[in-house]
Amino acid sequence: MGATDLRKQATNAVVWLLLLGMPYWLPAIGGYAELGTRVVVLGLAAMSLNFLLGYTGVLSFGHAAYFGLGAYGVALTIRYLVPSTGIGIIVGVLIGTVAAAIIGPVIVRLRGVYFAMVTIAFGQVFYFIAFRWNSVTGGDDGLTGWTRAPLNFGFFRVDIEHNATAFYYLVAATFAIAVGAMAWLLRSPFGRMLIAIRENERRARFLGLPVDQHIWMSWVISCGLASLAGALYALLNNFVDPRALYWTQSGDFVIMTVLGGMRSFWGPLIGAAIFVVLQDYLSSQTENWQWFVGLFFVLVVLFFPRGVLGIIRRKIQA
Amino acid sequence: MKLLSVESVSRHFGSLIAVDSVSMNVEAGELRAIIGPNGAGKTTFFNLISGMLPPTAGRILFDGNDITNLSARQRVALGMARTFQITEIFPELSVRENVRTPVEIAAGLRLFPFMPSGVEAKIRGRLDELLTMGGLTKIADRLAGELSHGDQRSTEIMMALALKPRLLLLDEPTAGMGEEETYAVTQLIRRLHKETHITVVLIEHDMRVVFRLADRITVLDQGKSLAEGTPSEISANAAVQAAYLGKAA
Repeated sequence: MGATDLRKQATNAVVWLLLLGMPYWLPAIGGYAELGTRVVVLGLAAMSLNFLLGYTGVLSFGHAAYFGLGAYGVALTIRYLVPSTGIGIIVGVLIGTVAAAIIGPVIVRLRGVYFAMVTIAFGQVFYFIAFRWNSVTGGDDGLTGWTRAPLNFGFFRVDIEHNATAFYYLVAATFAIAVGAMAWLLRSPFGRMLIAIRENERRARFLGLPVDQHIWMSWVISCGLASLAGALYALLNNFVDPRALYWTQSGDFVIMTVLGGMRSFWGPLIGAAIFVVLQDYLSSQTENWQWFVGLFFVLVVLFFPRGVLGIIRRKIQA
Repeated sequence: MKLLSVESVSRHFGSLIAVDSVSMNVEAGELRAIIGPNGAGKTTFFNLISGMLPPTAGRILFDGNDITNLSARQRVALGMARTFQITEIFPELSVRENVRTPVEIAAGLRLFPFMPSGVEAKIRGRLDELLTMGGLTKIADRLAGELSHGDQRSTEIMMALALKPRLLLLDEPTAGMGEEETYAVTQLIRRLHKETHITVVLIEHDMRVVFRLADRITVLDQGKSLAEGTPSEISANAAVQAAYLGKAA
């Protein structure tokens, strides 16, 4: 047990050091600040999906809906209401979380593929609203005409608009809080109940656990954090369009999660990094980049069902 | 004092009558075995008691309360816990974590996003007590999914007991086990029954287990209650011999 704990601590230290130093080492190996920011933002989305998938055992194929609601929440707030990044993020997260909380009771009774299908269906509803409601959302062209506002703490301002490094650290700090909250929850009695449901739902029910209620809570937490990621994503791009809500975006989150390893805490972040870097590199080489990402995904799933982090872990143990 | 009272309970599946107007009274502290040939309706009867299935007709009283229409979860809250014919545990968690979950549920912690101060020590104390009682201390850190049938069963029984139930329902606790494991699990049940004075109702196939353990035996045959009595009464009962023991021997 001691060795496992030590390995976990070491993994945590490495991940946080890499994240903290990203703006310094990433350019040295040919990357750029926005690329690192995108990894962290999509990593957060995938990790929040994994809170539900890897730790509660429930597959959602509609997380882009809440990711997109967070994105539109922040964009619409800054565009129409107040030019405040902070308030925008809060509004985005609230909209995504409330939507998940309302939709939740309808879907948490379902299991397996039925759950996944209905999450897609609800996701598409939001997609079509964003797509059709031209006058507010900008429709298919997306919502432009706004930029992330500087952070104003009264006594000092942080220019996250023009300083990509400063924005990276805003994203990294938000990521740290969200991920820290997830890790905290998973080590609590509440988190252990979720893992129990993943392990054996019937056993959990016959231990007196109201399983649907716990899945609902896990769903709301997961979607709330996905909408936080979505809000950061819109801020990163200074733009949002309906594709952020589209079901293929949900699919990308699932791919990232499974690619990295859904039974490991950091797996989805690794998966997001691989996905984003592959996308960035391949899309500059070929229009058919998705074919290569797909091939890589299929190979990983076939030969390393525990994901990339699963391979690394096995190598260390051997 | 009657703890469990089943009154003329039936269960139909379409035209099949799996349980046909069966009554049974179990006294507090008793160890009751339900036996019967394959297809006698034992497991269905068990599922009616634990709330996995609603009965088509009849009434079930637990400690004087009508629980006929309560969900499985509500019955657990009133003090019933069960194990399954095919062991239901958390395979990728350690034995300790398996037992810890019901200990935390029993302590009312299921919604706690943190461990309240001072509670951790109590939880650990209770956990150690259960692991010792179940003879699981040595394997506490092993993954439950990697254990033998017998150890998995012991884990499942201790998970049920962690809820501090007044009635423990065991569905074929020695199913699929070899001689040694059967003996170990039988001993465990006997010892737990003695130490905690808990009421136990179990289904069992293995006659040696039944006659060694049970205070009283209920015999089901073709969905009906054929006989009820002490082990010696049952083994002397002509109808039972004809329907069941005769065939088994």
